[in-house]
Amino acid sequence: MERHFERDLEELKERLLWMGSLAERAVHQAIHSVLDADEKLAQIVLKEENAINELQIEIDDRVVQLLALQQLMAADLRFVLAIARINNDLERIGDQAVNIAHSATRIVRHPRVKPYVDLPRMGELAEKMMRDSLDSLVRRDIELARSVLSRDDQVDQRDQIFRELLSYMMGDSSVVFPAFELILVAKNLERVADHATNVAEDVIYMVAGSDVRHPAVDRNPA
Amino acid sequence: MNAAFPLMSSTGATAASSTDKTTAHNPAMTTSGANTLRMKVTKLNFYYGKNHALHNVSMDVATNKVTAMIGPSGCGKSTLLRTLNRMHETLRHTRLEGEIALDGVNILTLDVTKLRRMVGMVFQKPNPFPKSIYENVAYGLRINGHKGRLDDAVEKSLRRAALWDEVKDKLHKSAYALSGGQQQRLCIARALAVDPEVLLLDEPCSALDPVNTAKIEELLFELKPTCTLVIVTHNMQQAARVSDSTAFMLNGDLIEFSPTGHMFTTPSDPRTEAYITGRFG
Repeated sequence: MERHFERDLEELKERLLWMGSLAERAVHQAIHSVLDADEKLAQIVLKEENAINELQIEIDDRVVQLLALQQLMAADLRFVLAIARINNDLERIGDQAVNIAHSATRIVRHPRVKPYVDLPRMGELAEKMMRDSLDSLVRRDIELARSVLSRDDQVDQRDQIFRELLSYMMGDSSVVFPAFELILVAKNLERVADHATNVAEDVIYMVAGSDVRHPAVDRNPA
Repeated sequence: MNAAFPLMSSTGATAASSTDKTTAHNPAMTTSGANTLRMKVTKLNFYYGKNHALHNVSMDVATNKVTAMIGPSGCGKSTLLRTLNRMHETLRHTRLEGEIALDGVNILTLDVTKLRRMVGMVFQKPNPFPKSIYENVAYGLRINGHKGRLDDAVEKSLRRAALWDEVKDKLHKSAYALSGGQQQRLCIARALAVDPEVLLLDEPCSALDPVNTAKIEELLFELKPTCTLVIVTHNMQQAARVSDSTAFMLNGDLIEFSPTGHMFTTPSDPRTEAYITGRFG
């Protein structure tokens, strides 16, 4: 017997995935607005941010209604809780894309500091983590979600990028401003990967019921 | 003050103060403004002898929606439900003041048999007739002078009540051979047989287990496109799950009448909040 709220749950998931696709696109366009010095692309990201914010509110409303009205249990309860958390992460990913796009609008006013090598790789890794975390949600694939968690360290290259850009800044003070913006871009990409990791953790919680966040925390304190 | 639901008890501070607000937020109105009101209760007072059981209650019942009534025991929710098809007239020493309209017509002016055909009722405890499954459904059709194939009409009603697949091979067995949940769906099929405009359900799941309760709840969703439903339930989670709008009653007053999503997330009256959060009642 299908319960009628299963349709509501399915709709909730569809809306979240739509939000995920918008956030994915925003990150992709934001990275390329930096790499290709494309200010128009950056403006598109800034313009489309509101669609993600509207979805966050809509999904929150749906979650509140389901929690208040349907007395969800077990897998259904975990599903809705996970969706609520993922909703926040996707909105924050949208914010990171906006930050990157803002940086792009400032970077384009300066000559290129250096050939981009680490930044595109970092962008690709963050984008892939995001895509895989959402795919793991669609397919309820715990292994894929775990693989996202294992990749988080690969994106954490901010220190390396910072050191390299610092050397450029020390050599030529005229590049301080764009180099600093590039460090911010790297930081934002790192945050995108962190949010993708959160999404993957929520997928594991949703599917298996196990909370894999903060392994150092004692779950059974005396 | 609850401006969202103006047509409610005028005894409290929740009464509407503005006609504009009434029209704008009336749940019985569609967004386009078309009136989709099936029943309208206006300033209803009800007495059991000297006991004043309902105090100036006003509320709308929207067409093809589920309206739930909740509240602690003795709050008047079943009394209000029973007035909607004049079932209270089976009791002596009762008195009703105010008006109840069905499609704009005062139900007190209607022939009571005709009214109860248009406004059917299902009770707390399944009460099938001591007859076969088939005869339980066919009975109402016969006394209403049904024309056409009785078999088809019986099948249609049993299908609408989501019971057909379970009983199609034993239609002529006693209704008492069915489980409690099946008996309750048979009673719903019996009520649906005469094609009522409104179906009143008085705690229809209180004698059922969770699985059969879920079946009845799903049935309500299936019936909604073709029938207006009013349900009294002591189980407010059930009201939350199945209804479009909910009336909260207390000591004979209609305290709050809101869209269900609104009532269970942001109730307007502190008494409603206290009740639905389990702080009293």
